[in-house]
Parts: sequence; C-alpha cells; structure tokens
Amino acid sequence: MKKYTLLYIAFILSQLGFAQENVYPAKKQDKAIFISNGTVHVGNGTVLSNASVEINDGKIINVGTGINPSANAIIIDAKGKHVYPGLILSNSNLGLVEVNSVRATADAVEIGEINANIKSLVAYNTDSKVINTLKTNGVVLANVVPQGGVISGSSSVVQLDAWNWEDAAYAKDNGIHLNMPSLFNRPNPYAAFMGINAPAGDPVKRGLEELEKIKTFFKEAKVYLSQTSHDQVNLKFEAVKGLFEKKQKLYVHCDVVREILAAIDFKKEFDFDVVLVGASESFQVAELLKNNNIPVILNQMHALPTLADDGVDLPYALPGLLQKAGVLFAINDEDGQHRGKNLPFNAGTAAAYGLTKEQALSSITLNAAKILGIDDKAGSLEKGKDGNVVISEGDILDMRTSKIGLVMIQGRIVSLDDKHKQLYERYMYKYGLK
Amino acid sequence: MVILLGCFSISLFAQPTFPVNGVADQRETLYAFKNATIVQDAQHILNNATLLVRKDKIVSVGTNVSIPADAIVIDCSGKFIYPSFIDLYADYGIASPQAQGMGGRNAYLNVQLNSNAKGAFGWNQAIKADVNAGAIFVVDDNKAKALREAGFGSVLTHQKDGIARGTGTFVSLANVKENFAIIKEKASAHYSFSKGTSQQSYPASMMGSISLLRQTYYDAKWYKNNAAKEGVNLSLIAWNNNQSLPQVFEANDKWNALRADRIGDEFGVQYIIKTNGNEYQRIQEIVSTGASLIVPVNYPMAMDVEDPNDARFVSLTNMKHWELAPTNPAALEKAAVTFSFTTADLRSPNTFLANLRKAIDNGLSETKALEALTTSPAKMIGVNDMVGSLEQGKIANFIITNGNVFNEKSSIIENWIQGNKYSVKSEKWYEIAGAYTLSVSGEKGTKSYSLQVKSSSAANIIGNDTIATKFSFDGKLVKIGFPAEKKSSNNIKLSGMVNGGVWNGYGEDNEGNKFTWTANLNSLAAISTDTTKRKPASKLGAVTYPFTPYGWTESPKQETILFKNATVWTNEAEGKIENGDVLIKNGKIAAVGKGLQDATAKVVDATGKHITAGIIDEHSHIAAASINEGGQSVTSEVRIADNLNPDDINIYRQLSGGVTSSHILHGSANTIGGQTQLIKLRWGANDDKLKFEGSDPFIKFALGENVKRASMPMGNVRFPDTRMGVEQVLMDAFTRAKDYQKAMWAASVGAKPNPKSKTPMVGADPTLVVRRDLELDALVEILNNKRFITCHSYVQSEINAALKVGETLGFKFNTFTHILEGYKVADKMKAHGAAASTFSDWWNYKMEVLDAIPYNATIMSKVGLNVAINSDDAEMARRLNQEAAKSIKFGGMSEEDALKMVTLNPAKMLHVDSRVGSIKVGKDADLVMWSDHPLSIYAKSEKTIVDGIVYFDREKDVQLRKELTAERNRLIQKMLGEKRSGNPMAPATPSYSTLLNCGDHDHSHGFLTIEKD
Repeated sequence: MKKYTLLYIAFILSQLGFAQENVYPAKKQDKAIFISNGTVHVGNGTVLSNASVEINDGKIINVGTGINPSANAIIIDAKGKHVYPGLILSNSNLGLVEVNSVRATADAVEIGEINANIKSLVAYNTDSKVINTLKTNGVVLANVVPQGGVISGSSSVVQLDAWNWEDAAYAKDNGIHLNMPSLFNRPNPYAAFMGINAPAGDPVKRGLEELEKIKTFFKEAKVYLSQTSHDQVNLKFEAVKGLFEKKQKLYVHCDVVREILAAIDFKKEFDFDVVLVGASESFQVAELLKNNNIPVILNQMHALPTLADDGVDLPYALPGLLQKAGVLFAINDEDGQHRGKNLPFNAGTAAAYGLTKEQALSSITLNAAKILGIDDKAGSLEKGKDGNVVISEGDILDMRTSKIGLVMIQGRIVSLDDKHKQLYERYMYKYGLK
Repeated sequence: MVILLGCFSISLFAQPTFPVNGVADQRETLYAFKNATIVQDAQHILNNATLLVRKDKIVSVGTNVSIPADAIVIDCSGKFIYPSFIDLYADYGIASPQAQGMGGRNAYLNVQLNSNAKGAFGWNQAIKADVNAGAIFVVDDNKAKALREAGFGSVLTHQKDGIARGTGTFVSLANVKENFAIIKEKASAHYSFSKGTSQQSYPASMMGSISLLRQTYYDAKWYKNNAAKEGVNLSLIAWNNNQSLPQVFEANDKWNALRADRIGDEFGVQYIIKTNGNEYQRIQEIVSTGASLIVPVNYPMAMDVEDPNDARFVSLTNMKHWELAPTNPAALEKAAVTFSFTTADLRSPNTFLANLRKAIDNGLSETKALEALTTSPAKMIGVNDMVGSLEQGKIANFIITNGNVFNEKSSIIENWIQGNKYSVKSEKWYEIAGAYTLSVSGEKGTKSYSLQVKSSSAANIIGNDTIATKFSFDGKLVKIGFPAEKKSSNNIKLSGMVNGGVWNGYGEDNEGNKFTWTANLNSLAAISTDTTKRKPASKLGAVTYPFTPYGWTESPKQETILFKNATVWTNEAEGKIENGDVLIKNGKIAAVGKGLQDATAKVVDATGKHITAGIIDEHSHIAAASINEGGQSVTSEVRIADNLNPDDINIYRQLSGGVTSSHILHGSANTIGGQTQLIKLRWGANDDKLKFEGSDPFIKFALGENVKRASMPMGNVRFPDTRMGVEQVLMDAFTRAKDYQKAMWAASVGAKPNPKSKTPMVGADPTLVVRRDLELDALVEILNNKRFITCHSYVQSEINAALKVGETLGFKFNTFTHILEGYKVADKMKAHGAAASTFSDWWNYKMEVLDAIPYNATIMSKVGLNVAINSDDAEMARRLNQEAAKSIKFGGMSEEDALKMVTLNPAKMLHVDSRVGSIKVGKDADLVMWSDHPLSIYAKSEKTIVDGIVYFDREKDVQLRKELTAERNRLIQKMLGEKRSGNPMAPATPSYSTLLNCGDHDHSHGFLTIEKD
C-alpha cells in the first residue's frame, strides 16, 4: 500500500510531455486506487465529508465514510480536498472544429437538409489541441454534435483521453439532432444587404410547413423500418431506427416558445425521447416541460438577456427557474472561443443566481449523464459506475478556488498536461521565472 | 383636366421668351373672395373679410376691402381661408438618384475604394454638393396633387442622396411650367449622415460620415486659396457657394441631431435639423442645439399583440414610443423650439392631417400647428416675404375650407396655388343638406316629391314611406336614383346640375320615359356647430432617461454614504482592510478606515460584504452608434466620441456587474483605427455627460488578421494584405505626419516649433497654406505625446514590428490590447514601456490566437508589465472580476493583484489613476459593494456607484422590474384597446437590437441581437 500525494502524481504526469504531441493517453487501470478522506460530492446532491472513493478495473467499487482500501490499492490522500464526478459537456463541436475561422479545420456542418445518416463520431479528432485544456478543468466527457441542415445527424458521447475515435466512443450515435425550423416572426435582417428577397408570407406558417416535411420524413421512416426487407435501402431511414426503439434521443435545437411547443408536439406524435437544446425561452413553459418529461440542455449561461426588457441576469437565473419548476436540465458551454473548459464556472454562475452548489454540480454531472443516456455509467460517484473522478483543491465551480490536481477517466489517471502549460513552461524558462 | 389646367396656366403665366402657337391670350383676372373668415397667419384672424388676388399675387386682404368692378367675386360665406402649408423636406419633382457605376450588394465583395463619379469632382462620391435641385426639378402633377390635397402649396425639395446633397429649390405645387413653379431656385443646402447611393467604401460608419463632413469644411476653406494645387474641384466650389444658403441637416434621431449641431458649432453653421420625431425623449438637449427643426408626423401604428408569443418580443421602448410619439410636437412647443412640419416619412401625404390632429389631441396648440405649417417654415428658409401668410404682395397660395382646418369634420375645399385653383373637395363648398321639393315633369304631368338631403352622398324621398335614394353630389353635378314604389326594382334616374338652391335636370323613369326635373330648396339643415370634442387625454407613460427599460423617471442623486464593517479592497498600501469603513461624500471618497462616523451620511451596514474600486474595462464597444470605420486603412480622423449612444441597455447591464468606466474603442478593421473615448457608466446621462471628463485622448490601432481582412470571404483588395504591409502602413502614416507637422510649422509665419504646445501650429494660420488634415492631426498628437495608442495585436512578430516602427519614428505604444502572445515578447514590451490589456482565456478561434494561453496575464505581470483584463464583449464585461480571478488559477497570481487587473491597472493604463482605480481619499467615489468575495464566481454587485451616485442597486432593480412589467402590461392592454376599437393595426414585430463589436470573434447573445462590426 503506497501513499501518494496529489502533488507527486501531478509531478510524474508533467514529466511525460514536452509537446502537445507527447501528451499520452493513460494506460488501462491496473491497480486499485483509493481516494481517501476527501469531501465527496456525489453528483446527486449528496455531499459526504471525510469520505473515500475506491476505483478498480475502471469502475467505482466503493464510496463512503469509514471504508477501507483493498489490499494493494494506491492511496491518494484527499484530505481537505474536494472529490467530484468527472464533468460532462453536453453539446459541443469539440474535435470537429479546430480553428473556427479556418474552413479547412471545420468539420461540423455538412451540406444538405436531412442528414440523419451523418455521424459526428467518425470525424472526432482525438488530437485536437483543445481537448487537453478541457481535462485541465475537470471535463472528462463530451457530447460531440454535428450541426447544419434540418436534421444534422447523430451525436456520440466521447471520453477525452483517447488515441482515436473508436477508443474515445463512450456512447455511440445515441442522439439525433434536429434544428427546429424558425417559428418566429423574424424578417432576415440581412436580406436587403445580401440582395435576396425575404420569402413572402407569414414566417410562422412557413416554419410549420417545414415542420410538416420533417414529420413526413419520420412517418416514412417508421413505415420503412416496420418492413423487414427493402428493394432499396435508405440510409437516412436506417439511421433513425434507434429513435423508434428509444435507443436514441431526439435533440431539438430551438429557442422560442412556439418552437418548444412544436417539440412537445413531436414527442406526442412519435413518442420519441425529446431533449431541448438551447431553449433560452424555456422558463416560460417550464411546467409543460416538466409534465411532458422533456429535459433541457442550456447551451450558454454566459449570454446577454434576449430583450432589454428582460432582467439583466435572466440567462444566469434561468437554471434556477427550471430547477424550481422541476425540469431536468444540464448546463453546457458552447461558444466560439473554445472555452468549454469554463463549464464548471457556468454552473457556478447558476449557483450564484438561484441554484444550490450541489444542484449546479448536478447540472454538469449527473443531470447531463441522465439527459445523454449515460447515467448508468457516468455522472456520479456511485458504486458500479465508471471511475470518472476529479479532485480539486477547492470548490470546482469557482475559478478562485478551482485547482484540479487529479482527473481520472474510467479509472485511468490522465495527464493534465496541455499546450497551455507547455507554452507557460517555455516562457517561464525564457524569463528565468518560477 | 390636366391639359385644360395646363392651358389655363400658360395663359396666366405667359413667358415673354416663348413663342405662342396661336393667338396671344394675356389675362389679368382679378378674384375677390368675400365674406370669408380669413386666417392671415396664426395670430391674425379676420372675420367677414375679403381677399383680392390678381394673377399669382395677393392684391389686398382685409375687412374693408372694396371690390373693384373688374373682379370675379366668389362668395365665401361660412368658409375659412388659410395660407397654404409649406413642407421643407420634400423630394417632389426630383428623380430618384441611381447608383453610379460599379457597386456591390455586399461592400466586402467589391470594395470600391475610389469615387466612381465621372468629372471634375472631389474624392468622395458621397459629397454631392454640386447637385442643384433647381436644375433637375420637373413638375410632377400626380405627386403635387397628393400634397395639395393635404393643404400644401409649396415645398422645399432636394435630392435626398449623399452626405452633402447640394442645393434645394423652393417650388410651388402648381401645375405650371417649371420656370414659374420654382419660387426660389437655390433656397437651401442639404446634408445628412447617410452616403446614400455611393458605393465608395468610405465612410462606412456614423463616425466616418461626421469626419468626412468636418474634413470637407476644412478642405473647402483651404481650397479658396489653393485652387491651383487641387485643380478644379467642382464639389468644393459648389460647397463654398452653398454656404450662404440656409443649411438643412437630415439627422433623423435625437442623438444625431446633437451630432449634427456639434459639426455646425465647429464651423459656425446653425443647421436647420430634420428629425424623426423622437425629440421628446431628450427635449432639453434638443433645446440646447438652438436649431429650428423640421418634424415628421409619422406616428407608429399600434401592434397586434394579441398572441403573447408575439407580444413577448415587442420591446417596452417601441411600445412607449408608439404611445408618446404624438406628444412630440407638444413637447417641442412647450420647450419653445421653433419647428415646422413635414410630410416626409409618411407613406402618403393623405394621412398628414389626421396625424397632425393626433398631435393636437396630445397637447399641441392649434396656433403652433398653423405656425409650423406656414410662417415658421417660411422664416426658416427666408421666404417669408413671399409665402406663409396672407398679406398684400405675397404669392396667392391659400386653402379654402368649410371650417377650422384642424377640426376633424372640416374639409379642404380648394387649394389655390400661385393664383391657380385646384379643387380638393368641391362638393363641400355648398351646404346642400336640407329639405327640397323635387318636381318631375313628364308626359303624365308633374309629380312632386319631398327630398331630404343629408350629405353629398345621402338623401331620402319622404312620402308615406321613407325611401333611401342613390345620391351623389360632386360640387356641381347631382345624381339621384330611387324606386317608383317602395319595393320596385326599377329605378327612376335623375341627373342634374346644382346652382345654389335651385337644381335642374333631366331623367328617365322606370318605364323608360324621359322627363325634366327641378328641385328647390325649402330649408337648409341646421349647420352643426363645432361638435368635435378633443379626445380626453388618455393616461400616458412617463418619459424615462434613457428612453429604455430601466430608465429613470427621476435620476438618482449624489449621496453621502458611510459603508460600515466591510472587507475593503483598497488597492493601496493598506491592502485589504477587514471590518473597514468607507465614507463617500460629494462624489469623492472622503474617508477610509475603521470606526468612521459622519452624522450626515446614510449608513449602509456592509457586514460580510466586500467593497472594491469600480471595474474599469479597457476594451469595450458598448454605448456607440458605430464602432468600425473600415473604409480605409488609416482613419485616425474618426472619433468614437462623435457617436456615443447613451441609450444602450448594456450600460445598465454592465453596472450590474460592477463596471464603472469603459474605454470605448474603435474596431479592428484597419491598421490605424479611430479615436477612442473613455466613459463613465452614468446611466441616464446624455452623450456628453457620459465622457470621463479630462481624460487623456487615446486612439485604436490594430495589427494582424483583421486589418489584412483575412476572413473576408471573397478576399481583399485593400492595402495591406500582409503583416509586411501593415508595418508599412504605420511607417507611411507617421512619416507623412512628420512631414505634415514640418509643413505646418513652416507655414506658421514667425512661429517656432513648439513641441510642448498641444497644437504645434502657432503664429499665423498655417491652414490657409497647408491643408488641414484631420487624419494627420491625430498622428501628430501621438508624436507629441498628446494622444496615446491602444493597439489590437496578437502574434509576437507583429508586436515586435510595431514596437520597432514606434522606436524608429519616435512614438510610443501606450497599450497593447488583446496581446495574446504578449507573454512571448513581454521583455520587449517592458523595454518599450507598453502596458498590456488581455483576455483571460480565449484562444484557438483563429490562426493568430493558436498560441494564446490563460497564463498570459500572469507571465506578463511577472515580467513587470502593467496588465489588465478587458472584455471586448458586452456580456463578459459583466464578469470581469471573475475573468481576472482566472489568473489565480492559471499561474498563481495573488488575489489583490488579480483584482487590480480590472481596477487600478487599467486606470493607470488610461492615465486616470489619480481619479479612479483604488479606494483612496480624494479619488472619485466609483465603488462596488459585492455580496461575496469579489473574485468569486458567487460575487454579485449589490450597489454600483459612480461619482457617489448609486446607479445600480440590486434591491431597486427588483422594484424596477416590477414597474417595467406593469408598464408593459398597461401598453399591451392599450394596444389591444386600439384593436377592439377597430383601428388599423400593424403586425407585432420583434424589437431587434444591434450589437456592435470589433468584428474579431464570436459572441454569445440572444436571438434578437443582430451583430455588426
């Protein structure tokens, strides 16, 4: 039984790499690890003081106070530290887009309207420089989502310490993404500028017609899938099979109430598992969402209110409003500046404006896992789940105190080295600083 | 009819030089309009008076006018005669201008850097000073008719295109030859902020338009003495010639009105300002311009907000403007502003009078309304010797009405223009309503009916039954149709002519028999006296400052406040004081310490709270009407200060995040951008009061991808296209600035170079010889340490190159902003003396930020640079304290140092650390009281104070939200009331907001926000 301090582990890991290319994915767990005497935030709202977590063979085998390590377990002393489930980024283009402004590095938006058969996983680049910077802040899983068109394709959940996308796959193709047609009276503000005529008629009506076309697709898919053999195979229909079998969820990206109502209508008509993404106006119909069992992924906490009339902190307060109404929701971080690593601070903001800290934590761990359909193996520090664990010196939701000392994915202690740290080292060296 | 009128007109206005095809037909007809109520002008009303008109002029007017024998007499009993109205903002008779030459739908696709105007014109296509409306004016009787029917007799018309629009011509609305329709050929000169059909890249912003106007004033003055250097420049010649005319500026917004007026002040010009009707929102500022206004009456329609999904996105501001827009003229009257009305901005002139009446219902006096339609416009452009009132010698432009013209029930019967009669509603001339005996004489003898005429379109036959007839009367001809028997389908049809109380005509009965008929008046219907009641004034919402949600009805005042028992982060040698007190008084920090007392102070128990200096954002783009002037690579002449926008809700939102000062920067579209403006977030103040008074002037520079237009989809044609070119843009601009400074010195007779003077040009006015160049003026200021650079930059090579240019040419980079690779050249920056203002952790969104690291701020600090964390983002500015806190995590910066990065450090960078940035006695009371540790994610500002005034108070904010909800609801109900009353409604339109940014990276904003760089 060896006892290691966090510092020691961090030291070993930092010796591994000189460049981003040398940040290696960790090897499969070969020894039990016993994290002792920490403040354990289970992820389901429970906090255990002076508690321990033991992980073996990639799984959590024990959690609680007064438990003892197995023989030969490596003991990591977490006294005075906080132990969390690994954080989950629930909607992201991670690994699909490297540099936003460079077309050649962007693989998130495919051509076409109904792209049900498009799969994000096959383009997920495990060597993206961004990925390691997320682990640095405790993010261990991400839902990688294709964009564009009406049905963008399927998303997969990946774990962030992998050699290639097959290794990375954590839940394969388990979500289909639908961009709800606009049911909002919004004239294209750029129409005149672009020299295109705004389409005539009521945009809401137009949106509803568009919606009918999508429904037709699913109706036809249903009939197609009920047949055992086909003269002509339709890849698009095949791709949504899981929706009807409830092996896939339908993620509906939308914002305004009419679009949310249309999403509810979708659920009623096809009995899909529907998840709203974005849904900045969801607070208006929270009751309906709860009653219809429709969860929400809030894409970006750090946003401006929609209208000058809104409360100045409405986006910050939105999770609190959904919590109060009993809606299941996850907090996400989707922006163009690759700040997915700020996920915990998004949740922290929500905690400042209406959630408890543990509720805020759930919104980036267990709730996200439930919404993504991976709560059987991720999202909380509970026996039987994967060993996805993060240890922080202080409150992980606050940048003032968040100092991540250890991140474990499926029982593997992963390297926390990243390009940022390497450049930091390089220039500290240049200036002779410590 | 048109042809007839044309003949008539030509005979009235025979032109000596024009040959006649036929026989001469000169007429000197005299008209006498007697027994009228003559409204000479708003102050002089004559009862039972006579107006004599010969040809196109008024001969005399009065109650004792003897009517000459040669007069054609028109009895105007019961009629009113007013001067015809005047509209100063028309484009009547002026063809719509076409874009010249190449142009793109998308300015970025085909950037047109130079003017496409062919000929000896100036460099900028938007300066169309040479356009002479008189030369392109063509009578357009269709358009004239619509204006005549609204009561107008003459208009000032010009070509509404460009920033300088040339001269306007004052014309009558008579259908006569242009030679006579033009009353004053060059009556005005016109300006605007909009470049119109010009596709030239510059100017591309409000600031650029302002700068172009200012530069053109200077150029025109210089050109007077230096024509040989410039060659023939028709634009500047015309510009100079136009200066003696009344100068009219289309501002179309309250803040634009102030912007225009300030240009006028600089050049000794008082513009007449065309507005858009929102002046009531800032009436004091409008008064301060001293300008006469041309005011439209295009009041918004109520929106159909029945569906709450639609109502949700209609902003309070738009609903309030709907309610208050008709109060605008009354507000102007109350403030004693001189103004005139225009039909401009209305979809059609035929709604003009109805809208004007709305203004009267909302408090405008009828006297002022009439003045604003007659004498005021006439005086504003100096044609009051010819039009505007009914006086001897003036042009015979008058309307005849059957009652008070502002009364809803009155009609304009005729509009006489230059002595020509134009019928408007001639059927209203005669009061035909009354009882008549109708006698039909056919083969079967004469049959009499009793005819009851109700109006020009309704009459009944009264017998055993009352039979409704088909009746029409057009002022002369009358038609009557009615069934012989009550239920008969065959009508008796009568057609005749009215001559006072006697009507004669011809008809056909139900069996096809022809007959003649007469009708004789027995008794006129009693004339209803003015029964129109002014609608009782409905309850109106208050004007708030600013005119947005969370605006003040009563501005908060400076207070004396004693904060007790807080954790005070002084940013001074005392460091952090636990259980400390802060006293603020007269807008300043009066005392800091423990156990403070002040009997006059309001005491705030700050136990458990934290007090810090207000947050200062070194890089912001809020509160401005435009941010980027990308029309050229060097635009140091443009100034953010020229276009501040105090109505930006982001001022209030950022106060809620503890921000008290923001440095509003030009964007990054070009290497040498525009002059910046430091503001204090004084929510509710006007544009001038937002400025951080006495602060040093700064300017924005930019390097790298943005200035070489790397992300333009169709490539770039504007120099520079590489970082090599960017360096040379800097070299060239400052080399030119140095030569310019030398030339100015040389041109100053008897003057010596004086580097200490703010303007080195002393002695005689050198600008008579050397063209004053606003662009180079700003660069000369930099060379003389009178203006300071904040330079957008990312990669080490470009930072290094910029430093070398500065060191070679003798100027300094005060600050590098963004500076994401600053950590790589921190030593060089330190040697240069530059400060750094950066983001905490943005990276990888474009090629030049691939090496950005969240440790940047820490490394630069450790090397010894003054480092700030900025926002460059309206959302993130609300969390700058937390962005700074990331440096604790990345690199281990101390908490106090981290806080300084958003308070004291930017204050130093901006040279205002003697005023703000720390909690020190004597500094401005710009403070934040936080609910929690100020670097924590859980910290919320409870009070944000600027100059000792609490501009944001979290408790008061709760109250404001309640009031806002109530006010929204009241207005929605009021709009629905309009719908129930059957008034025309507009569909509910979401209220979009435009958010300006530097064009550098993505931002996260709501779906009603349209982003623009």
